[in-house]
Amino acid sequence: MSEAALLNVKNLEAWYGESHILHGVDFSVRKGEVATLLGRNGAGKTTTLKSIMGMVAKRRGSVIYEGVETIGLSSDRIARLGIAICPEERGIFASLDVRENLLLPPKIKSGGLAIESILDLFPNLRERMSSQGTKLSGGEQQMLAIARILRTGATLLMLDEPTEGLAPVIIEQIGLTIKKLKESGFTILLVEQNFRFASTVADRYFVMEHGKIIDTFANSELSANMEKLHAYLGV
Amino acid sequence: MAASSTVIQSPSGARGFNTELKVFGGMAALLIVLPLTGLVYPYFIMQALCFALFACAFNLLIGYVGLLSFGHAVFLGTAGYVSAHAARVWGLAPELAILLAVMAALGLGLAIGLLAIRRQGIYFAMTTLALSQMMYFVYLQAPFTHGEDGIQGVPQARLLGLIDLSKPLILYYSVLAIFLLAFLLIYRAINSPFGEILKAIRENEPRAISLGYKTDRYKLVAFVLSAGLAGLAGAVKVIVAQNASLTDVHWAMSGEVVLMTLVGGLGTIFGPVVGAFIITAMQQYLAGWGQWVQVAQGVIFVACVLAFRRGIVGEIAARLKIPL
Repeated sequence: MSEAALLNVKNLEAWYGESHILHGVDFSVRKGEVATLLGRNGAGKTTTLKSIMGMVAKRRGSVIYEGVETIGLSSDRIARLGIAICPEERGIFASLDVRENLLLPPKIKSGGLAIESILDLFPNLRERMSSQGTKLSGGEQQMLAIARILRTGATLLMLDEPTEGLAPVIIEQIGLTIKKLKESGFTILLVEQNFRFASTVADRYFVMEHGKIIDTFANSELSANMEKLHAYLGV
Repeated sequence: MAASSTVIQSPSGARGFNTELKVFGGMAALLIVLPLTGLVYPYFIMQALCFALFACAFNLLIGYVGLLSFGHAVFLGTAGYVSAHAARVWGLAPELAILLAVMAALGLGLAIGLLAIRRQGIYFAMTTLALSQMMYFVYLQAPFTHGEDGIQGVPQARLLGLIDLSKPLILYYSVLAIFLLAFLLIYRAINSPFGEILKAIRENEPRAISLGYKTDRYKLVAFVLSAGLAGLAGAVKVIVAQNASLTDVHWAMSGEVVLMTLVGGLGTIFGPVVGAFIITAMQQYLAGWGQWVQVAQGVIFVACVLAFRRGIVGEIAARLKIPL
């Protein structure tokens, strides 16, 4: 594993009730990179993110973040180490307005973005500050879901299918945002089904199948691996 | 950051605050004038105010955290007994008796909360019901409560050594002041960052946890706060009625507060007050109906659940598109 690894996942297993979902996931994420988990539906990508975040009740193996073993920690303590998740369902609090949603997450470390910088990244939100969470469009909800984890000081952002169900113009905007976040020093672990989108932002790819990582390659090796990737993803 | 703080001002929030402030002012003015009109018996309003505070405390839990406590009467009743005993037997001044009663309710709230908040939904409701029923049987048997007879003749002494509570109007305005202050405390709690976290927990607890909040702690604080305020209502009610009885700790009282809150509007600020006045008025003015009052309450409960789930205040707020 790389010396600069921020997150090291070894032999991670997870269960939903009796269903064994992850069968020993191994990968690491380097500081400052955009790593992407690719795979078909049901491969275990979201479960991997949830397991790292401590949101799956039964899990085993090792998840080391900045040298700290997190496998036995509760989700709130993992969040306070500096890992933040933007879930697929976005999880916007409907009864709170945009401002309240933005300010709700606790500041866990210094180094988070100021509200003004966040609004520069997501100008659409600036005009919607007093709108209720329920009144936002899908794209605005996604932007808010990403925006609100930027203020906390978390350094590893896990984004679960941020482009799902969004218009191409919004997807493009989210891609630009991810690039800017990377430039600002954030490390990003992305889960994507939209391979075209992933290829515009990712540094490295981890391909998952049946709850395991079955292949890994860098963005520079993408063209050489295209055929294999099509077979993996069935596209 | 100065620039950003001007950007993030919420105009709708300010408008909402103004509306609520106006309604609060109207409510306070009405309650100040009401006993002077001679239209309503002050004892009835005082009793309704105690139930209104009880319902507001209950609403803090169900309306803003999503926890249905089905044993909240235990805090009302416990504080009532402590207040009555402290004033009648130990001869403590009313403010000390009330303080002691609120502390007892807070302590009991902490003990019951620690056990109950580990569960959710129906299991939380059943745990609170079971624990409150245990306390009911304790009070039924304990000598200091005098069982079925209750503690009678609770003195209405001087509040803070100055305010003579034996004079009906002075008692009324003291109760009103306590109610309004407690109401403002609840309003402040709901509209603070703490209140926003409670709402987030109500809507999506796993998400609140994954943002870094230890949600059990917030739920426990809300539970204890709610228990303490219910205790304040119980302690004041005993000073008003001059007796503490098993009625206040019975499970039916826990059901009644659910009804009051539901009729007024779950999760609305003024709903529990309206609900408490309606239910108390029904019991007061339809007393001649005997057991039929309960049938009428049942009909209202069913009508609420079927036709207007938002409750009276909730419906008005939705129609006028204003927060209430």
